[in-house]
Amino acid sequence: MLYISRSKAIAILLTATLVCLCAVPNFFPDSLVQKLPAWAQRHVVLGLDLQGGSHILLQVDANDVLRQKVEGLRDDVRRVLRDARVGITGQPVVRGNTVEVHIRDSDLQQGLTKLRELAAPIGGVLGATQRSVDIVNAGNGLVQLTVTEPAIVQRMRQVVDQSIEIIERRVNQIGTVEPLIQRQGADRILVQVPGLQDPQRLKDILGKTARLEFRMVDSSMSPDQALQGRPPPDSEVLYGPEKEGKMPYLIEKRVLVAGADLTDAQPGFDQRTSEPIVQFRFNASGARKFAQATQENVGRPFAIVLDGEVISAPVIREPITQGSGQISGSFTVQSANDLSVLLRAGALPAKLTIIEERTVGPGLGQDSIEKGKIASLVGSLMVVIFMLVTYGLFGLFANIAVTINVAMIFGLLSLLGATLTLPGIAGIVLTVGIAVDSNVLIYERIREEVRNGRTPITAIDAGFTRALATILDSNITTFIAAAVLFFIGTGAVQGFAVTLGIGIITTVFTAFTMTRLIVAYWVRWRRPTTVPI
Amino acid sequence: MNRPASESKSVRLLRIVPDDTKFDFMRFRRVSFPISALLSILAILLYFYHGLNFGIDFIGGTLIEVQSKAGPADIAKMRNAIEGLGLGEAQLQQFGAPTDVLIRIPQQAGGDEAQQAAVTKVRGALGDDVDYRRVEVVGGRISTEQMAKGTVGLMTAIMCILVYLWFRFEWQFALGAMIANVHDLVLTIGFMSLTQIDFDLTSIAALLTILGYSLNDTVVIYDRIREMLRRYKKMPMPDLLNISVNSTLSRSIITHVTVTLALLALFLFGPQAIHSFTATMMFGVVLVGTYTSVFIAAPVLIYLGVGTSRMATEEEPRPGPSAARTRA
Repeated sequence: MLYISRSKAIAILLTATLVCLCAVPNFFPDSLVQKLPAWAQRHVVLGLDLQGGSHILLQVDANDVLRQKVEGLRDDVRRVLRDARVGITGQPVVRGNTVEVHIRDSDLQQGLTKLRELAAPIGGVLGATQRSVDIVNAGNGLVQLTVTEPAIVQRMRQVVDQSIEIIERRVNQIGTVEPLIQRQGADRILVQVPGLQDPQRLKDILGKTARLEFRMVDSSMSPDQALQGRPPPDSEVLYGPEKEGKMPYLIEKRVLVAGADLTDAQPGFDQRTSEPIVQFRFNASGARKFAQATQENVGRPFAIVLDGEVISAPVIREPITQGSGQISGSFTVQSANDLSVLLRAGALPAKLTIIEERTVGPGLGQDSIEKGKIASLVGSLMVVIFMLVTYGLFGLFANIAVTINVAMIFGLLSLLGATLTLPGIAGIVLTVGIAVDSNVLIYERIREEVRNGRTPITAIDAGFTRALATILDSNITTFIAAAVLFFIGTGAVQGFAVTLGIGIITTVFTAFTMTRLIVAYWVRWRRPTTVPI
Repeated sequence: MNRPASESKSVRLLRIVPDDTKFDFMRFRRVSFPISALLSILAILLYFYHGLNFGIDFIGGTLIEVQSKAGPADIAKMRNAIEGLGLGEAQLQQFGAPTDVLIRIPQQAGGDEAQQAAVTKVRGALGDDVDYRRVEVVGGRISTEQMAKGTVGLMTAIMCILVYLWFRFEWQFALGAMIANVHDLVLTIGFMSLTQIDFDLTSIAALLTILGYSLNDTVVIYDRIREMLRRYKKMPMPDLLNISVNSTLSRSIITHVTVTLALLALFLFGPQAIHSFTATMMFGVVLVGTYTSVFIAAPVLIYLGVGTSRMATEEEPRPGPSAARTRA
């Protein structure tokens, strides 16, 4: 056990040195690190709890997705049957995720054939093709079309993908550094933005669907009449912004032009009133539609509707044909700016809800780092002194091994680009406490072997041999706990699992190699006649 | 260090535990088992009737840490401002420094959007007199999931470790370790219920670490017991266990001291946010971990029938004072 060949010794020292060297970029300022080659730039990433920032988990509203999907199917059914001149009684209705339509007996076969075309195949696993719609002939001319589970799953995936793209555009435009935006599970999106001063703005920007619609105001009756009686079938009552007293408007359901037809939106100021406004430009088809609508409706008011809220309802004074215009509501400079960001990035395909938010201000993060540093230093110092007092020279050996151990933890964290969180710092401090255990096990075993009458060198040899098996066994159990924690944990807790797990690996490595190497060379050098522990 | 090593004896090293202790730990099992059983029952009763102080990670809600910009925070004034908002029973407490206040708002009835609205309201009520150091909002869905994940995680960890021990030792050892293990977890949870310390995600981390650490200790003693079983085929089990525990005692205590020193530094100087984490860990590691492996994990092996099937021939002599003292 005490004999280590020269080549092995070199291999051990080389491994330890290389791993320790990986930690070096962490001590250089960023400006210097960026000049290094890419492979040398790896460094420990500070978690949001240490550098400050926002962690926001968004959930796609599954009901919204399903509703859109079923309403889309209803519109398709209506269109297909109308185009094929299939006679129906009443209108197709939505029930849950099913569309029901009554087809006249004479047209039933033709209607079914046409409706079957709506059921597109979905590529399944192993060629088991499923269809997007289940069609059931329930008798008496009633046909039920149900959106199938795979179709919903597929739509959900598309919605999440599109949402991620749009969120990326939005977040990048508010000038954030290195945001992380990723899918989480089937219907969630994680947004992590480090070092943000004002998370409220980020949340405002993430939470808005930003569905912009230009629609006509229905003047056939007043909004109050519509609220008391029944609004016309093709119109609905929408409200103005809350801060302006939630004024009701009666708005036609038909959309003249939608936000998808915008090519650009910029904040600006109204030339006359110098209030903040948003200027926009349509694409060719949007411009054509808008020009036609304004020509037909000069003198009537139209409404600009954002996410179901009427932000303004100006009267059309003259046809707008050049394909651009402006929205004036009661904007502040910031809100005009935010709305243009949202309009440029496009509308989200479905509603997103914030289901988890963790924001740490930069001040608290800095405090945590400072206090973590102090605690680590004090903790390590106490352990180091205690080991020296208890084991003397061998305590010094243990301290050297622990120092190398901690350096290797940072090296591995850098190499993996792992995230260091506040509980992660606790994990490192704890590792210092636990790491010396391997030395304690070896030394106590040596003491025992000496007591049992062995000569110093055979006692040291036997101490290592017998203790190493125990070290391995006892560390594997803690490693299992760390591994489980890694898989169930998120964020900060995962950071703890990472440092604890890496700490165990380096602890076992240093116990098996570094401590042995140091003691072996000491024995060869001093040829001790007694063991000084 | 120019002198030969043989002369370095002049350096007096600290011996926390004297050599060759001969405590009769096994005799204590008649005391320690009933005490542990009683404490475990107490802990379970506490859990069910006193409950844990679940944080927002597991029951949802909002947590806001603010720092007063001018001098110590006026908690009473803040409480008045927040209670007027109709957000349910808000809790305010000083958090570390006198300028820092932790505000807890229960989960709002109207779903995730209502939670976000609550944060906005609190910000409005407290205005610009404070810095918002930390805002955490956890919705109902997430908290339920995390509760399930945490429970499953703990169970998985126990099962994995059990399987590992079963492979490495005989099944009695695995079972003994698990009894010790569950005992530790139950007592720690009892401690958390008694002190009403925050139970959040880091508490799960603390519990899992205690699990790993306490096992680490148990495994060291079990390793020794196994070694002794191979060597002394005829020695009565209580004696054999006593020798094993005594011979690892020095190691156990020294290691506990170093781990405690590290944890103590974290507890005294570390950030407020991990206080409950370190406090839990200290209880588990220091009190339960040490006591359990010596007074529960080792003696429980007697009841599990370890060593009854050994062969009847003694191969090596027992270690006596004569053997131990000759060369020292």
